[in-house]
Amino acid sequence: MLKEKDKIFNNLYGDKSYSLSEAKNRGDWDQTNDLIKKGSDWIIEEMKKSELRGRGGAGFPTGLKWSFMPKGHNSNNYLVVNADESEPGTCKDRDMIRNEPHKLIEGCLLSSFAMNAHNCYIYIRGEYFNEAVVLQKAIDEAYEAGLVGKNACGSGWDFDIYLHRGAGAYICGEETALLESLEGKKGQPRLKPPFPANKGLYGSPTTVNNVETIAVVPTILRRGGDWFASFGRSKNTGTKVFCISGHVNKPCNIEEEMSIPLKELIEKHAGGVVGGWDNLKAIIPGGSSVPLIPKKVCDTVLMDFDSLIEVKSGLGTAAVIVMDKTTDLVKAIANLSHFYKHESCGQCTPCREGAGWMWRMMEKIARGEASSNDIDKLLDVTKQIEGHTICALGDAAAWPIQGLFRHFRDEIEDQLIKKVRAA
Amino acid sequence: MVKIKINNSEYEVRDGLTILQACEQAEKEVPRFCYHDRLSIAGNCRMCLVDVEGSPKPVASCAMPISEGMSIHTNTPSVKKAREGVMEFLLINHPLDCPVCDQGGECDLQDQTIAYGSPNSRFDENKRAVDEKHMGPLIKTYMTRCIHCTRCIRFADEVAGVSELGAVNRGEKTEITTYLEKTIDSELSANIIDLCPVGALTSKPYQFEARPWELKKTETIDVMDAVGSNIRVDTYGWKVKRVLPVLNEDINEEWISDKTRYACDGLLNQRIDTPLIKQNGKLIESDWNTVLLELKRLLKENNPEEIAFLIGDFVDLETAYLSKKLSDTLNIKSIECRQEGCKIPFNHRSQYLFNSKISGIDETDCVLIIGSNVREEAAIINSRIRKRILSENIPVALIGEEIDLTYKYDHLGNDVNILTDLLNEKNDFFKKLSAANKPMIIIGQSLLNRDDSMQIYSLLETFTDKFNIIQDDWNGFNVLQLTASRVGALDVGFFQKNRSLEDIYKDARNGKYKFVLSIGADEINYKEFKNCQIIYIGTHGDRGANAASIIMPSAAYTEKDAIYVNTEGRLQLANKASFPPGEGKEDWKIINQISEYLELGWSFIDLSDVRNSLFNDFPHLAEDFNEQINIFTKLLENKSKDEIEIDSKDLRTIKEKKYDTQHGNTKNFEENSSQKVFNSKWQDLNDRQREYLRKYNYPETWLEFTENFGFKVVNDIKKKNNIILPYEEQYAQNLGKTWDDLTYNQKKWAYTKRNKNNLIGLADDANFTPEGIVVINDNQEAYYAKLKEIYFENKNLSLSISDFYINDSISRHSSTMAECSRARIQIRNPLKEKAS
Repeated sequence: MLKEKDKIFNNLYGDKSYSLSEAKNRGDWDQTNDLIKKGSDWIIEEMKKSELRGRGGAGFPTGLKWSFMPKGHNSNNYLVVNADESEPGTCKDRDMIRNEPHKLIEGCLLSSFAMNAHNCYIYIRGEYFNEAVVLQKAIDEAYEAGLVGKNACGSGWDFDIYLHRGAGAYICGEETALLESLEGKKGQPRLKPPFPANKGLYGSPTTVNNVETIAVVPTILRRGGDWFASFGRSKNTGTKVFCISGHVNKPCNIEEEMSIPLKELIEKHAGGVVGGWDNLKAIIPGGSSVPLIPKKVCDTVLMDFDSLIEVKSGLGTAAVIVMDKTTDLVKAIANLSHFYKHESCGQCTPCREGAGWMWRMMEKIARGEASSNDIDKLLDVTKQIEGHTICALGDAAAWPIQGLFRHFRDEIEDQLIKKVRAA
Repeated sequence: MVKIKINNSEYEVRDGLTILQACEQAEKEVPRFCYHDRLSIAGNCRMCLVDVEGSPKPVASCAMPISEGMSIHTNTPSVKKAREGVMEFLLINHPLDCPVCDQGGECDLQDQTIAYGSPNSRFDENKRAVDEKHMGPLIKTYMTRCIHCTRCIRFADEVAGVSELGAVNRGEKTEITTYLEKTIDSELSANIIDLCPVGALTSKPYQFEARPWELKKTETIDVMDAVGSNIRVDTYGWKVKRVLPVLNEDINEEWISDKTRYACDGLLNQRIDTPLIKQNGKLIESDWNTVLLELKRLLKENNPEEIAFLIGDFVDLETAYLSKKLSDTLNIKSIECRQEGCKIPFNHRSQYLFNSKISGIDETDCVLIIGSNVREEAAIINSRIRKRILSENIPVALIGEEIDLTYKYDHLGNDVNILTDLLNEKNDFFKKLSAANKPMIIIGQSLLNRDDSMQIYSLLETFTDKFNIIQDDWNGFNVLQLTASRVGALDVGFFQKNRSLEDIYKDARNGKYKFVLSIGADEINYKEFKNCQIIYIGTHGDRGANAASIIMPSAAYTEKDAIYVNTEGRLQLANKASFPPGEGKEDWKIINQISEYLELGWSFIDLSDVRNSLFNDFPHLAEDFNEQINIFTKLLENKSKDEIEIDSKDLRTIKEKKYDTQHGNTKNFEENSSQKVFNSKWQDLNDRQREYLRKYNYPETWLEFTENFGFKVVNDIKKKNNIILPYEEQYAQNLGKTWDDLTYNQKKWAYTKRNKNNLIGLADDANFTPEGIVVINDNQEAYYAKLKEIYFENKNLSLSISDFYINDSISRHSSTMAECSRARIQIRNPLKEKAS
């Protein structure tokens, strides 16, 4: 279990104020200038050492991602922070912005400096109104204190930070759609290549990072990459904020070491599954986009990128959705399908046409009006979407359904047969 | 160059291509909906997915650039599966109402469904329905059919420069709309109809008019502005149904303006279809002979000084030339083609041409537009300038009224004095002009029609020198003409060097003229010619016809073979797509007849004769023309030998033919032929029939006739089963079928492939059998025809073959509908009587 002193987000639950003075007491903005003076190469090197992987879901090594940004004074680089946290089950960024905004702002300064970016945009989800107010206040405080702006922290580095509120579309959490939206266009993912590191915001090199990724940067730099890498397994290092929701006694956000066993995470921090561990049916370990895993797998699986991929799921945003035996899994996944149908941007064919079709078929199965052939058809449709779309939303819509039938097909078919017989 | 592998064979292609373009070069088919050469890449249909080695997922080939050593697969099972998947997704919410859809038959979705789609549907849910959007009177929408390829949106944003189309809502509720259901405010709007790969956007005026496979397609030239856009005219029967663009990189690329596209709607409205003559203040129907005699009388009675001769905006080069010839012969001095009143005494061709050519816009690095609303006057040129600005952001400035040209430009003011300012370096734009390597000025007609246009024109010449607009290999002095006829008419000199229309008006007010001859001149103020008798040769009941006392119907631009010269000075061949209605005649024939009636000593056999004479007189035009003809001949060379044989059958040149005809070498021959063909004496024939005989060199004997047309006549009726037709049967075998299994069209194809002189192709009631084509004529006589032999069931051989022969010739060669039917009646009835 992670010791209190090793926690990065000391004020995750808002016990203390988010204000600059309190944040300084917690160690934020402490000699930031010294970190900057060590130079961008040192920062990127430390990040590589820490083996931090992107906290937005894909888990791409952050240090490596930063090193793609062109160097030199001619290029007009941007850092964009993705605070469009809309993945069902996920609420970690929200607490961080609410209670630890200065960690994020300081992280923005340091990572922008590392990437030779003078401008940083934070794209915050429209529904996070109070959080946007808090974050804006914190930014204003930082400007007033000279921590950001011209000659930020007295380092000689000019740095501006802007907050932009989105309008509440899930797809705008996809990095290129986010950039489109930020530019004032309709939030629809771009074709890749070119990747944002070459042509991003307004055609300039851009890095898009999750709030958590950026917010942990100052602590990593202060304590050293090796300290961060000492948590968790190799390649799956550091601490991570897990969002535990669903059928648990005490739903919570909790910062824990990576690679903690899932069972331990739930038992220790969330007060256990309602009705005991044996009442568990399945868990979606990483937010709505990843396939669920049945209890059998949950018993042993570790909460990190690689071990969850081994069981054909994913860490995603580490939003653990627990479902006990009272859950109608088909209805639950149908609900997710409806979400993806509703949030599909409509740009490319498979997702636009397929998401609605999948949802309707899921509803049919949930109503018991389907047969085994319909399940085959549904799985075939998910295969037709998966990997054929511009962005990952198509995959995200297909995977929960594939996961459901991978583990529970026999059970669902039995139920269907029963319903047919009853009718 | 980059080396890549496509389906395991190596190719070397240019760097910077996308996979899709590379596959196209390697002739590997990749299906697509959203990709279009001239629009930005959207990559949203996902139809063009291909496998690339090293990539875990299939890749959208339209958006992915190639790289060295890339190995691409377009035929793997996973690609096939991906295509089928996308196809299925596109079809689940598509209404599949092809039988009532105007796009049916030329629909990308239809075609690709046949090639890549799955044969049955698995979709059990309800289909999505979308409300119809209103996009104005030109574009009909049926948005349920939309597959959201966004080609229309990209066209509006990028080419047309009006951001008035967009997609609202998201996911499966996405709809393409003009937001507030307003008309698209663009002069290029209807191009989105061509771009739409399905039937979501179709042409409103053309709705439910015809099916694409029923239409005869003729590639020709547009005359609605001086751009000379290349178009395809689709006709059903003899009615022009629609106009579509034809690709020409040098002129209109792939677009045409809405005016070009929809002008054909007016072809049959207020149409003059019969010669008219005014009696007691009323126009009454007459005939060609009467009106021509009347014209002859007038021309003979009046002094040439008292005649004004004006030609209009749609007049082709040949007509302008013959008009000039007529005015020269009759010694008419008051001639004018410049209806707006331009009075500059042009000495050289480059003084009134768009010298840099339209494609020169792609090279220029600075444009100054003077006194022209390019967007309205030549929408295609405007979009070309816009394209140039989008790609290179060149400086553009305008002197004249401030208007929305769909791109950003410096508005220097609405005053000619700015030209002097620029010359004196008082205006800041002079820096950009002098810095440019290939500067271009576009001079609008409004500048050349002013009272002080002479001074301005000489100022422009100084301007040209100062800013280096004319260089050794660059001429950026561009006059933007407004009408299709103008350059041609100026080329043949149909204007007065030192006078303009104003002077003619002035003379008219002084009562100089008694008589005005007008060929399609409708922009003229006829009130100025109060006491004159006006003779109008034209197509529509326009201003000229209203003022006229004698009206002769002529052919509109879709109804004649002609040459038009566009504003660049480019000669282009327009082809005849349909007939002039009623008694209408092609213009050159009318002038030819006037000359014959007046016995002026010149007349022409056919259009190529006119052209020969034209190019003799204006050899510089011939260069352009020959270039085109060379291209055409090269095209011919790629065709089968049969065709070329047919082309070279009559080895006499037109001159020799003419000589033979005029000097009586073939007199006996003609007389004999006439008896054979028309069953009447040479002197009893009408002009039309004589013309036939002269023109097509009618054979005297059946032997000659059959040799001429490449088949021989066999008198005895052969039993059907004994005759073998190797080619046609082989054709059927190639298709894996027997002859009887072939469809009507396949059979027709098999024959027409062989039988290029198309004798049988025209017979509507032909039945196709492996033995030959059975044609039933009006007498219910049946005969078999094939390439080398024709068999007759009816013993009365000469009767049916001449009937067939004449019928065919009439429909192919008569110039008006009325002539056609009259000739039929005149010629066929006596034959029929004889038969009974």
